[in-house]
Amino acid sequence: MLGGALIGAAASVYWFANRRVAGVSGVLAGALRERSDRGARVPFLVGLVIAGVVAALVGARPAAVGQAPAPLLIAGVLVGFGTRLGGGCTSGHGVCGLSRGSRRSLVAVLTFMAAAALTVLVVGHVAPGWSVPR
Amino acid sequence: MKRGATALFSGLLFGAGLVVSGMADPRNVVAFLDVTRAWDPRLAFVMAGAIGVHALALRLGRRVAPVSREPAPIDARLVGGAAIFGVGWGLAGYCPGPAIVSLGFGSPPAWAFVGAMIVGVFLGEAAARTSVDGRAREPVSAC
Repeated sequence: MLGGALIGAAASVYWFANRRVAGVSGVLAGALRERSDRGARVPFLVGLVIAGVVAALVGARPAAVGQAPAPLLIAGVLVGFGTRLGGGCTSGHGVCGLSRGSRRSLVAVLTFMAAAALTVLVVGHVAPGWSVPR
Repeated sequence: MKRGATALFSGLLFGAGLVVSGMADPRNVVAFLDVTRAWDPRLAFVMAGAIGVHALALRLGRRVAPVSREPAPIDARLVGGAAIFGVGWGLAGYCPGPAIVSLGFGSPPAWAFVGAMIVGVFLGEAAARTSVDGRAREPVSAC
């Protein structure tokens, strides 16, 4: 819950200071696409990376997971593609959209949660070597 | 400069939230998604906490920064995109936020994932512009 509250506070700071939705896929795509308005996007992404660096320095980094390379690369393409086609990810539709009471975001969240749960289930049975080790 | 500083601060705070909540670890994400084994509901609590704080802030600040109405319809693009994203999320346990935080962990799998994700972003933006109904559209962002 504390972590969640920090995420909610971060999304709020970003909204009130920049009038932008703190959806990570949208911020990333905007930073890649537009040269003009990177001032509010690139620093946000840099902040995310620095949070990871600090976590690693203080020993809060999670242990290496050891996923197989093929599913990791396929998953990366699907996540990038799907979030741009669907207009958001866990943060954009999930945190920001649901906070705004967006029906589009509710539909998106229910869809990606169901698709993800189904994927974990199917991959676990059909290709256990591709599963995220637990 | 001020915008850059607040954006950097939000990114830091956002990333700290993901690390503190354990959501930067794909195992915890998959433990939520895998409903058939010992189910770990933490991701739902983290989302609820984030939504609670953000929804309250948006409400308190609605005079200063009103939230605009929904810009786009619920269509096949929204549902199809969300479904494709969900398959990738379930496969790797990474969504964009945790993946970018994990770059800072110095974890090679995260670098591979983010590299592939950037390729996917360009393909997805191209696909979002391609019309299915004869009309080209700009990609719609988030909500």
